[in-house]
Amino acid sequence: MKIAVCIKQVPDASTVRFDKEKGTLVREGVESVINPFDYNAIEAGLALKDQVGGEVSVLTMGPPQAQDAIREAISLGVDNGIVVSDRAFAGADTLATTYTLAKAINKLGEFDLVICGKQAVDGDTAQVGPGLAVRLGIPCVTCVDELEVLEDGRKLRLKRMCEQGYDIVEVELPALITVLASLNTPRVPSLKGKMRAKKTDIPMLSAEDIGAETSKVGLAGSPTQVATTTVPTFDAKREMLEGEPEEQVDALIGKLKEAGIL
Amino acid sequence: MLTVDLEKCIGCGECEDACSFGAIEVKEDKAVVDLDKCTMCGTCVDTCPEGALELAKQESEASGINPDEWRGVWVTAEYRFGHTAPVTFELLGKGRELANDLSVPLTAVLIGSGVRQHAQELVERGADRVLVVDHPELEQFRDDVFARIVSGLARREKPEIILAGATAMGRSYIPQVATMLETGLTADCTELEVRKEDRSLLQTRPAFGGNLLATIVCPNHRPQMSTVRPHVLKALEPDASRQGEIVEITPTDEELSSRLKIVESVMEKAEGPGLADSDIVVAAGRGMESEKNMALIHELAELLEAGVGASRAVTDAEWLPHRTQIGQTGVTVSPKLYMGFGISGAIQHVVGIQGADMIVAVNKDPEAPIFDLATYGIVGDVKTILPLLIKKIKKERGV
Ligand SMILES: Cc1cc2nc3c(=O)[nH]c(=O)nc-3n(C[C@H](O)[C@H](O)[C@H](O)COP(=O)(O)OP(=O)(O)OC[C@H]3O[C@@H](n4cnc5c(N)ncnc54)[C@H](O)[C@@H]3O)c2cc1C
Ligand SMILES: Nc1ncnc2c1ncn2[C@@H]1O[C@H](COP(=O)(O)O)[C@@H](O)[C@H]1O
Repeated sequence: MKIAVCIKQVPDASTVRFDKEKGTLVREGVESVINPFDYNAIEAGLALKDQVGGEVSVLTMGPPQAQDAIREAISLGVDNGIVVSDRAFAGADTLATTYTLAKAINKLGEFDLVICGKQAVDGDTAQVGPGLAVRLGIPCVTCVDELEVLEDGRKLRLKRMCEQGYDIVEVELPALITVLASLNTPRVPSLKGKMRAKKTDIPMLSAEDIGAETSKVGLAGSPTQVATTTVPTFDAKREMLEGEPEEQVDALIGKLKEAGIL
Repeated sequence: MLTVDLEKCIGCGECEDACSFGAIEVKEDKAVVDLDKCTMCGTCVDTCPEGALELAKQESEASGINPDEWRGVWVTAEYRFGHTAPVTFELLGKGRELANDLSVPLTAVLIGSGVRQHAQELVERGADRVLVVDHPELEQFRDDVFARIVSGLARREKPEIILAGATAMGRSYIPQVATMLETGLTADCTELEVRKEDRSLLQTRPAFGGNLLATIVCPNHRPQMSTVRPHVLKALEPDASRQGEIVEITPTDEELSSRLKIVESVMEKAEGPGLADSDIVVAAGRGMESEKNMALIHELAELLEAGVGASRAVTDAEWLPHRTQIGQTGVTVSPKLYMGFGISGAIQHVVGIQGADMIVAVNKDPEAPIFDLATYGIVGDVKTILPLLIKKIKKERGV
């Protein structure tokens, strides 16, 4: 099975601080990591390869340093990876991102399965997977929680989750799936993998290399634009209930009765 | 591309501070942009006191779309497991307001099998018109089929706005619709408003993990599309006297063809309100100190017939199951009463409780940010306050 996994490098949430006064993120010393759900996407690809054989490729659209993400994926065992990187890609919304990723995937060849994470934790959109499937002209199953290859290897049987329950879905390949963290437990890099990652050259492809029209990538190809950003504020209607614990609780009970809750 | 007008730049460094991506640095008294890091978010442009920064917005002329040809507001209804999802009514409430502001009709799109009988309810909740696509083959939700139907209808009828629920279903097929129509889609919005001058839909959503609210526009493409979080908008009360037009649409064989086969659909959740629908929510934070103390939370919740919620610190520690997490990456609640015990009030948590009518917070730190938005705050130890509260409520109730 030929598998492509899309991964994104995101700021490590645990190292981001927020400056309340200025209303901005402080990213000094912030490390970049692979989007958590994308580890599950990589693992899904590797597990399928272990089971039925084949090849796993990873790709990412991002700045040149996104090479680190590809290198890490190689240390985990994927066969190869590329970064699609071009200044023209900056400011891409999900429509421009799916256009670019689809061009890159088509450049790499034909795939039986494309795997994405459920969502990227920086943007939280969950739109790239389904949008990319449309661009590639293949069916999409989101929020996959269980995965099984059917005998002939041309079909997958998937459990996809929703608020009320789940569906069992069968899909013919080629297809795209987006995966949940509950699908699997990502493996850790092997020593051999780490060595290979160090030595591997990671190709960087530009807009031209993948044959992308510049009017369709980055800011130019993005229908949505950020008009303004604001720091959220809340109406402070607070009333502190003072006194000894006993008095505080009595006061609260009074308030709850007033409001008709008790 | 972000450019700096070196004549105007005074090297004050405001932009450097404002940039969340470390893409601007003041060198020799002038701002220098690192284009590899710049994401063109535009935050710096507004902060420059001299107006020296400019984000050259290449007009997306490729759209070839004339926005004036697109009129009307649409809501895609969500019908699954025999019910219209509450978010549909919430969207109709907001959609009504937007349609009034734009002086256009509000249309609901209802897809499924045997759904014709539910169309009138959408009228009662605010729709002027319901497009019903009722077909036995639409019994199951298949992304490709639903996406083709909605995008086909939109191409023919040209609405200026399409709203959908930011549910598993909406977030699965609506991005496909947007891609088919090659238009913008803003995920998981919490606020929508129309700018009357240019009929732009202002779509507000949390960004950067909830630390910022970003307002997104889609100036040159139509339709303008958003998915909206359940429980943040208010539904209208049903009004049986409302009149509306119900239009039946027959899907084509091509639209119904699919590469997905739904083998079975299973509803797992027990009937009755989930956390998101609870009138009262009792939420535990890290300040509860241990898994053992969850018993107090459960006891209070049972007494008040409340839903149990948690901060991420608690669900990460597995003191409570993941589905109880409230906030940015969890559920949004809008109860009559929310009570937080040992919760600091991190922005990612409180974005999930903004809709609560009354917020009670118990925290031993008087400086905890949760007190900024609490209706009633108690500075104290949860291990003292909770047992007292339980005891006194029991006494009130005579149990
Ligand atoms: C991208 C992103 C998404 C996130 N999404 C979410 C989300 O959806 N939901 C969410 O909740 N969080 C989310 N978080 C995490 C969030 O930032 C906070 O870390 C989390 O909400 C903190 O939980 P807490 O208030 O329980 O813990 P803490 O912040 O550790 O606060 C514990 C509080 O308990 C008080 N306390 C301690 N002991 C006692 C005692 N004995 N009696 C009374 N008070 C006591 C302390 O004073 C303190 O204020 C997200 C973070 C990121 C980066
Ligand atoms: N720039 C990118 N490069 C490669 N894959 C991406 C990129 N952005 C998003 N993805 C993939 O799409 C998924 C969903 O991202 P999002 O729609 O941004 O929430 C991620 O988990 C990745 O698998």
